[in-house]
Amino acid sequence: MYTPHTARDVEEMLRVVGVPSLDELVRVPDAVAVKAPLDLVPGLSEIEIAERFAGFAERTAAGDYLSFLGAGAYRHYVPPVIGALAMRGEFLTSYTPYQAEVSQGYLQAIYEWQTYIALLTGLDVANASVYDGATALAEGAIMAINATGRKAVLVSQAVHPNYRAVLRTYAAGIDVAVDELPYAADGTTDFATLEGLVADQRYAALVVQSPNFFGAIDAPAAAAVATLKATKTLLIGVTAEALALAALATPASWGADIAVGEGQSFGNAVAYGGPHVGFIATTDEHVRRIPGRLVGRTADKDGRTAYVLTLQAREQHIRREKATSNICTNQAHCALIATIYLAALGKTGLRAVAAHNLVQAAALRAAVTALDGYASRFAAPAFNEFVLRVPGRAGVTLAALRQRGIIGGLDLGRFYPELADCILMTATELTTTAHIERLVQALAEIGVYPEPSRGTDAVARI
Amino acid sequence: MPSPAFETPLIFDGGADGRANRYVPAAPPLGELLPAALLRDDLPLPDNTELDVVRHFTRLSQKTFGIDTVFYPLGSCTMKYNPKINDALANLPALRDLHPFAPDELAQGALAVMWELERSLASLFGMAAFSLNPAAGAHAELTALLIAKAYYKKKGDARRTTVIVPDTAHGTNPASAAMVGYRVVSLESDRRGRVSVDAIRAAMGPDTAVCMMTNPNTLGLFEDHIQEIAAAVHAAGGLMYYDGANANALMGNSRPGDMGFDLMHLNLHKTFSIPHGGGGAGAGPVGVAAHLVPFLPTPVVRAAGYDETHGRWPSDGLTFALEFDRPDAVGTMRSFWSNFAHMVRALAYCYANGAAGLTRTSQLAVLNANYIRASIRDLIDIPYDEINRHEFVASAQSIKRETGVRALDIGKALLDRGYHAPTVYFPLLVPECIMIEPTETESKETLDGFISALREILIAAREAPQTVLDAPVTTPVSRVDETRAARQPDLRWRPPAAV
Repeated sequence: MYTPHTARDVEEMLRVVGVPSLDELVRVPDAVAVKAPLDLVPGLSEIEIAERFAGFAERTAAGDYLSFLGAGAYRHYVPPVIGALAMRGEFLTSYTPYQAEVSQGYLQAIYEWQTYIALLTGLDVANASVYDGATALAEGAIMAINATGRKAVLVSQAVHPNYRAVLRTYAAGIDVAVDELPYAADGTTDFATLEGLVADQRYAALVVQSPNFFGAIDAPAAAAVATLKATKTLLIGVTAEALALAALATPASWGADIAVGEGQSFGNAVAYGGPHVGFIATTDEHVRRIPGRLVGRTADKDGRTAYVLTLQAREQHIRREKATSNICTNQAHCALIATIYLAALGKTGLRAVAAHNLVQAAALRAAVTALDGYASRFAAPAFNEFVLRVPGRAGVTLAALRQRGIIGGLDLGRFYPELADCILMTATELTTTAHIERLVQALAEIGVYPEPSRGTDAVARI
Repeated sequence: MPSPAFETPLIFDGGADGRANRYVPAAPPLGELLPAALLRDDLPLPDNTELDVVRHFTRLSQKTFGIDTVFYPLGSCTMKYNPKINDALANLPALRDLHPFAPDELAQGALAVMWELERSLASLFGMAAFSLNPAAGAHAELTALLIAKAYYKKKGDARRTTVIVPDTAHGTNPASAAMVGYRVVSLESDRRGRVSVDAIRAAMGPDTAVCMMTNPNTLGLFEDHIQEIAAAVHAAGGLMYYDGANANALMGNSRPGDMGFDLMHLNLHKTFSIPHGGGGAGAGPVGVAAHLVPFLPTPVVRAAGYDETHGRWPSDGLTFALEFDRPDAVGTMRSFWSNFAHMVRALAYCYANGAAGLTRTSQLAVLNANYIRASIRDLIDIPYDEINRHEFVASAQSIKRETGVRALDIGKALLDRGYHAPTVYFPLLVPECIMIEPTETESKETLDGFISALREILIAAREAPQTVLDAPVTTPVSRVDETRAARQPDLRWRPPAAV
């Protein structure tokens, strides 16, 4: 319990209120009063709570495994300075900075986040954050739908499957069609049919992700972008691994009108899926269509530099049903963490981290594809993940690896039935040469034709 | 509690190339690793020393009010104490570093956290099940309306396209309705500040899909005819939706499920002590009655071997899995399963209280709000002067008429006295509205201090109004030029070369 009231406090306060008892104070009509006992977790002391959660941690064994998972959530090195600053109570326990005079610090930090995202994407303006990468895409698509008045969106199949799923969920709400563009033999989006598909100007936007879900760098070629411009179809660029923005050509440079993505890689934990932090950036032309909060720089009445939430006429609490979005609470604290990370790493640090990701992913790819029966599924240049084709079903190989203490990556058959023999594998700056050697050794042990794993013995015999 | 009034340059104004990167070993240039055509030309970000970064953000934090520094009586926002143990538990490496695609058998503890929380919320609010998927309250409203839409579609009822929203509703309600293509019908409150059964009957039609309400409502008043309202909505074929923004008023005392609500959401960042973090991340679980369970977003946590006879607590001995294959589900709402770190915090908060503690939590939240109301009613108008719940509204209309001092000014004057301002100008139906929600974690001494400060300001408004109109004067900046911010938007810093 976190209440300070002594029995005497309660008594005195009730007297001021003029009610004889707490029960009388909170009385509701009998028909809606709770009568049966509630079935909740029991009340415990703090030391018992810590013990209980230590038990939950112990039953979460994944941490004991060597992992090559990525696929939209990336474990990167987080310097202790990030937590030391972000967890300061003034930041952590503040509300949305509606009272600008006592929120200048947080408002300035959000203005800095907006600047970082604008610089990283190459676009003019970014908002104060949205929930995550997938909802950023859905909101970006709604921007494009409102800008063009068209009720359909075209999306590459190499965009993260969960992002596409969320886009479909949102689209169903507003009766928008979502069509897909296939991927090509090299793992990038196949733009061969694009011209025909967009010719009748039915699509509000084309959605492309780079690096895409297969890890392939997938910036559309100039010809595809020209086709989009000619048909006034907007281009939405998705980035699920924000670290790539520090190294690769920016979404703006390849023609994106709207850049959306996931900023978790900047100092935020993977945390079993959240909270992470979505971003949306766009050109000055579309700034008034951007959803959610925006911080602007202005002056106070004495002429000092001041920051404030601005352009609120777009937002739900003013415009209600005519708002650009219903978003209210966003991911401010995750954006703050990302801002501190970007400030600490700087240009030099970010480039070095990006380089280590490229080096380790290339080393991993070279090592595992040197094994008999294992090969790269796609040839396109990649950032920090790639698709490995294995002999037989990916699930079988992954289960055999698990018995050797390794989470080998993501079974792509889960999302792409035609890739049931493929694993999406990721390396970051936290992946070491020793980790790669351990994986290679395990794969070599499992051999070319792993049997379905039913227990340690079955696999050990191979 | 005045804050330091120094200007802090932008992070982009300082730094020098080469000062950064103490964190990873030297790396080869990117140009050696990928073709130049795939790389960006420049990365115009500053390199700072770690000390520069520490001072910069420490100073920014000092210019920000949090619950940890001041009393925050922000109506409708439930700014209660955020226990530090919750943050420590969310930071346990096994939970913090758990990848969302980790196999279920290696994530059993995390799944147990989600399951225990989901079951606890279901019991506490009288719903059949909760989904922890939505990221925030507004996101949960969208989820719930998509559930309603899917439910009517499955029933083959295509006529239902309107949502009834009382005039006391949060702005997110109509905005969420628009995101599923529903039209909003606004409902006026009666003179008691409540929704009347007659008004609901009149507003209901064959096209009504959902009636969105909160109870207590945003005036802090309990909707005492809620069962009749729900019956009227159900009789006309509609669904009842409970906006959980005010759930801190009724835990253990009354349950939305028993009132007749079919759908609801909770703001875990209000009632369940999760830090607001300057505007998020939040968490907005969606609860549903039995007939809507199939439509919940994916994934849901399944417990194998669980039945009602199993002693639920602890959950040890059960085996959990994430279930994705649910044909009637509305889909998924976000990249991954939930804002999991917040589920850890919320469950820890449930453990810290238990059913008895949560019940008392709500009782004392109501006591604190009534104590403030009863202590200031001689100085300011209380439009609905009766026993309220966890919050109440005052009106500065007569003060404004007499002195020119508005609700906004009273809020600003509180900042100079070391208090966050209450919510002002909401709900819209009360002119010059001041909405006060103290929460249960504040002591009588803190409330007495706040009451004295407020009385002092209300007296000053009559005797020396200019001192109130000029406030705040102790904060890092004085009142901000919002018009200029909106007319000449400056939303980012630009590198000098690009200016």
